Amino acid sequence: MKRLGWLIPALYIFFLMLPIYWLITMSFKTTNEILGSFTLFPQSFTLDNYITIFTDPTWYWGYFNSIIYVSLNTVISLAVALPAAYAFSRYRFLGDKHLFFWLLTNRMAPAAVFALPFFQLYSSVGLFDTHIAVALAHTLFNVPLAVWILEGFMSGVPRQLDETAYVDGYSFPRFFVKIFIPTIAAGIGVTAFFCFMFSWVELLLAKTLTAVYAKPIAAIMTRTASTSGYELGLLAAAGTLTIIPGAIVIYFVRNNLAKGFALGRV
Amino acid sequence: MSLELKQIVKAVDGETHIYPVDLVLEPGSFNNLLGTTLAGKTSLMQLMAGLEVPTSGEIWFNGKNVTGVAVQKRNVSMVYQQFINYPMMSVYENIASPLRVARYPEAEIKKRVGDMAEVLRISEMLDRRPNELSGGQQQRTAMARALVKESDLILLDEPLANLDFKLREELRDELPRLFAKRDCVVVYATTEPTEALLLGGYTAAMSEGKIVQFGATGKIYRRPNSLQSAKVFSEPPINTAMVKKIGPQIAINKNVQWKARGKAKKLADGDYMMAIRPHHVTPERLDDKAVEIEGIVEVAELSGSESIIHFDAFGQKWVSQSHGVHPFSNGATAHLFADVSEAFYFDANNQLVI
Repeated sequence: MKRLGWLIPALYIFFLMLPIYWLITMSFKTTNEILGSFTLFPQSFTLDNYITIFTDPTWYWGYFNSIIYVSLNTVISLAVALPAAYAFSRYRFLGDKHLFFWLLTNRMAPAAVFALPFFQLYSSVGLFDTHIAVALAHTLFNVPLAVWILEGFMSGVPRQLDETAYVDGYSFPRFFVKIFIPTIAAGIGVTAFFCFMFSWVELLLAKTLTAVYAKPIAAIMTRTASTSGYELGLLAAAGTLTIIPGAIVIYFVRNNLAKGFALGRV
Repeated sequence: MSLELKQIVKAVDGETHIYPVDLVLEPGSFNNLLGTTLAGKTSLMQLMAGLEVPTSGEIWFNGKNVTGVAVQKRNVSMVYQQFINYPMMSVYENIASPLRVARYPEAEIKKRVGDMAEVLRISEMLDRRPNELSGGQQQRTAMARALVKESDLILLDEPLANLDFKLREELRDELPRLFAKRDCVVVYATTEPTEALLLGGYTAAMSEGKIVQFGATGKIYRRPNSLQSAKVFSEPPINTAMVKKIGPQIAINKNVQWKARGKAKKLADGDYMMAIRPHHVTPERLDDKAVEIEGIVEVAELSGSESIIHFDAFGQKWVSQSHGVHPFSNGATAHLFADVSEAFYFDANNQLVI
């Protein structure tokens, strides 16, 4: 029994990694090979798929578009959520608990519910097919999450720290920027990660609110599959490149993430 | 640098935390704020600092009304029970922080922080982060930050409560020396009567949001003006019993009575609340005139050189504190001796009579 102790984690990791492995090998195959035979390794190794993506603007702009609205969204969400979370963690006001819960209920509706109203609203104010449109649409889901996570981290900082700073002579804005934000830097990192991740993988709203100029990479991937037949190698390469930003962000916040889970808010 | 509170009241959501408080703290004085948890010590300190605005009443500092003035403009320092330091700054930056905000020149900051660290013996730690230090060192850092700028008012909110016994004694012995050369007002909140006595100075005894007595620490201990004050200034809790004085006799009940002597002779006939400190109730007869009390032992706490015996007598919980080891089994009947010449007598309004 003891000798087989490695078996279950090994199996788990095997099944976890299998689709990713498959995606990566596919990205180095030609579409003919993918459709024609079942192979574990690329028989005719090719970088053509990647070359296409890095040279064709309709492809690489998909990545730029995604990164632009994801970054915009993360910045807006944090800028709005930081003061809100501070208020929830430090002050008692009429209906504060209800408001806190109500914020969360925003996340309970599926994105599809908002697709149509958003489409009409953004079109009417001329924001359709802009990066800011997608960024704003995603804040609906990310601001409540950000407030929720940040409030947990902020409540972990004793109120006396604020008072000590005031006693030392810090004004409120100066205290907030110079003392408080560095103190909860880990929490801000975790929050940014979750905002980034949601916005990066969300497809429906991003697809609905864009046409050409702000089209995200995931939308371009689905389009390619439908119009020019089966370019499976190309799709696999695009998919592989889509995983990378998420992996990088996770790598940077991996330690703080554990802390966030420990606080019970993530 | 005198601090004056005039009829200060603080109410939060209709609940009164501080009842009208009048207090004058002299320049250069060391003042203890003595009271149990929730007595309002921290609330009062926040009002003194300017972190909270009083619901009514005025705060005067050096002859100036500072009631609504923000804490940033008041030149105060505060040290909390929890070791509060800026976690992402080095110890050096922590201590330097108030000087930086006040825009002191770099050379001056360096000199002051160095001197302060020297005094508080944390010179070796200046490059470290606060969370890499022991509790005692963290609190020394917080104190260094509070002392580095020349504050007019230094507030210490139970600064030693979270430290272990040894560190607490060490730091407590250093405290008077730290404030010796300053003419600022120091306010030191504590729950422990012993600590107030060791630190000396003045004491304001607080109970349920009121200052029940203010004066020189030793004087308050020897002559509490009210039952509340006596209760605040006694650890273990002071023993109380209703007594009746008829002629020369003072009686708790028909079994426990004695002939009034000394000051007690002057008591008019009537009912009084008697209070006697635990160390005047002993398992051995130390004085021929001591009154014998019979009680049922609830628990006897024996430390190396001291016995604290909790017992039930005439329906009251009493405590005896004595030198030496006096073992009693729980539930046993004990005979203890109260030195009633040391007792206080309070009238129906809990005010001291004798």
